Amino acid sequence: MGLENIIAEALPEVLTTRLDSLINWARKSSLWPATFGLACCAIEMMNATSSRNDLARFGSEVFRASPRQADVMIVSGRVSRKMAPVLRRIYDQMPEPKWVISMGACATSGGVFDNYAIVQGVDKVVPVDVYIPGCPPRPEMLIHAVMMLQDKVMKESVRDRRDIPEEEAREAVVPGTLPVTDGSTARQNTLPESRPYTIASRHERRRSS
Amino acid sequence: MSTAANIPPQFEIVDRPLDTQMTISMGPQHPSTHGVLRLELVLDGEMVIKATPDIGYLHTGMEKLFEYKKYQQGIVITDRMDYLNPLGNNLAYVMAAEKLLALEIPERAQTIRVLMCELQRIASHLVWLGTHALDIGAMTVFFYCFREREKILNIIEAASGGRLTPSYFRIGGLMMDLPSGFERRVNQFLEKFPKSLDEFHTLLSGNKIFQKRTQGVGRISAEDAIDWGLSGPCLRGSGVNLDIRRANPYSSYEQYDFEVPTEPDGDVWSRYMVRMREMRESHKIVQQALSRLKPGPVKADAPKVVLPDREAMKKHMDALIHHFLIVTEGFDVPAGEVYFPIEASKGELGVYMKSDGGPKPSRVHFRGPSFVNLSALPQMSEGEMVADIVAVIGSLDIVLGEIDR
Amino acid sequence: MESGVDNTPLSSQAEGNNIQTPSQMVAAFEREHPEWVSSTVTAYGEITVIVPREHIAEACTFLKTWPEGRFDFLADLCGADRGVEEEPRFEVNYHLFSTTKHHRIRLKVLLNEDDPHVPTVTGVWRTANWHERETYDLFGVIFDGHPDLRRILLPEDWQGHALRKDFPLRGYEPYSLK
Repeated sequence: MGLENIIAEALPEVLTTRLDSLINWARKSSLWPATFGLACCAIEMMNATSSRNDLARFGSEVFRASPRQADVMIVSGRVSRKMAPVLRRIYDQMPEPKWVISMGACATSGGVFDNYAIVQGVDKVVPVDVYIPGCPPRPEMLIHAVMMLQDKVMKESVRDRRDIPEEEAREAVVPGTLPVTDGSTARQNTLPESRPYTIASRHERRRSS
Repeated sequence: MSTAANIPPQFEIVDRPLDTQMTISMGPQHPSTHGVLRLELVLDGEMVIKATPDIGYLHTGMEKLFEYKKYQQGIVITDRMDYLNPLGNNLAYVMAAEKLLALEIPERAQTIRVLMCELQRIASHLVWLGTHALDIGAMTVFFYCFREREKILNIIEAASGGRLTPSYFRIGGLMMDLPSGFERRVNQFLEKFPKSLDEFHTLLSGNKIFQKRTQGVGRISAEDAIDWGLSGPCLRGSGVNLDIRRANPYSSYEQYDFEVPTEPDGDVWSRYMVRMREMRESHKIVQQALSRLKPGPVKADAPKVVLPDREAMKKHMDALIHHFLIVTEGFDVPAGEVYFPIEASKGELGVYMKSDGGPKPSRVHFRGPSFVNLSALPQMSEGEMVADIVAVIGSLDIVLGEIDR
Repeated sequence: MESGVDNTPLSSQAEGNNIQTPSQMVAAFEREHPEWVSSTVTAYGEITVIVPREHIAEACTFLKTWPEGRFDFLADLCGADRGVEEEPRFEVNYHLFSTTKHHRIRLKVLLNEDDPHVPTVTGVWRTANWHERETYDLFGVIFDGHPDLRRILLPEDWQGHALRKDFPLRGYEPYSLK
């Protein structure tokens, strides 16, 4: 968040393209997840890191226990109402740039459990970048989601993730950009209202995106 | 009151002289709590004075969901309860419903049930071993265990279609018969497994560091264990010879020849040894089950309860009508209540099912073994160091899905 | 409520002092303490003894130490809501198991809706602690004498008791962070 922002603000837009590519390449190649395994999907996440489906070859070398050291939060499992504020707090503690993968049907939309105890979709709590369906999704699906997230990271611009004032932050439309870094979001409990866009996979690339 | 500018107003600073005791929250997000468990630890330096588990972070309201779903729809929900041993959950639920319906299960179905449940027990113990060793510091074992577990998951997926949530059993038998080539796959696994177990023993049991971290830690005596309701390997690790497969046998377990391992000490090491020996016994049971497999039906003879074969449904009118009625309206279960305990990989998994005569149960309660095992954690951990708490939690083999349901 | 139920008092079927089967054991129990047994139900191979609520703790203590019973293991303690219109509305089931004799029995306590109090059995088996907290949390049954009766599964500030039949499946409002 430091040097590249200063450079991005100082240079005209056309010159940041190379800088964008370089920084995005660096970011996407080392997405370190925060351990946020909640339920059955966590076991499939553990399977994805085990030797058969090795997530580490895509850059997720270690799962950092401290959210302060993590880039991506893979919410794997059902989020109960008691857990939702904890989830939000962990998300707020992650420094920019950060992304969220919502793994499994329960994290995406409540899944099988349409009842009083489960939050119907983790995007009511944090902004989500990639949704993975499945109950539980196979480890290969998680790897595909990480690759989709890498595609998405490559499309970002360095200008997207900078410190912008609070009022503008509250109107932020594009998810994955939580530019306020002084801890004020922890006090505000802002609810992200927007629906995140999806990246078309390679074989269904659309012209307008 | 807080005078610093940056501290949010809901946190106040209480000025107090330095105590030797501090309360920390080993929070819901923690790499070693095996799920979303929160422990409030009162520490004096490194020693734990009081440990209070705070659960409910994964409460899913499954017991309420069962009351709104027909009996066969509930099988899918049971998978997600103890997600390391889903076939065990399925079995408990299905057998409780079968007890209410007084169905007789054909022998082939019972044999396959035993086979799949014991494979599932090995898979569950492998995850326990991998994560327990990882918490204590041995990372290699984690990867080796998951490699073995992939083989079992492939077998379960070949039979039922799901790796982690198979839902393979149905009320009255199985979902469908085993695929061709299944026995060859299981034999392939069975040949290599004892060697892998010996590998784990080489890596862990002879390791002085592992021994020092686990022996003498987290002791619980046999009387305390029974008083706290421990069951399964936790109880057998304290010297009590109790296994539901021997005490109240179900699903033809009385015909199999296996030992019930017990260890006298009641500490983390004993529970570790009990589970390692149990994996060997499960291996024996799977071999016996495989040799007993004879051709036969896999569904009970109860056309109003059990779905007919698809070929029969496509050709015969009554099979079609039964299929339609079972799927849309469900079957009526006679009023009554049963409590059916099985020996799951974690202990005594009991299902209390109460029916009032309709197609949906009136109350389904799962007595999760991890729920009860965790309640004994304060007893086991007071007086231990913080690092030993991690070992004790690992040895209890808790799964939060079962605790919080 | 249950079909195929045999409600005749079991003491009329007992045979002297030679106790071999669970039903004989329950018959002997009924003979020794008839004021503790409201009725018994035998169905599906299980025996349910309905105990009046003021005697449940004494009955459990007796069954734990009684040489014929030796029920040293409380397998499960769960509540059930019979229905909003039923009277008595709630029931609490105690599933006992003997680790030495391997037999099981169920004790049942019936409670009215306006007075759901039951004496605790935490003094008999310490494992009842968490089970009773769960029953309180999900049904609102209050256990008198419990050392620490508070919610265990639902959040501390939750209103209502979730597993009652009049609590809606989806709760009262969807989740929002505010």
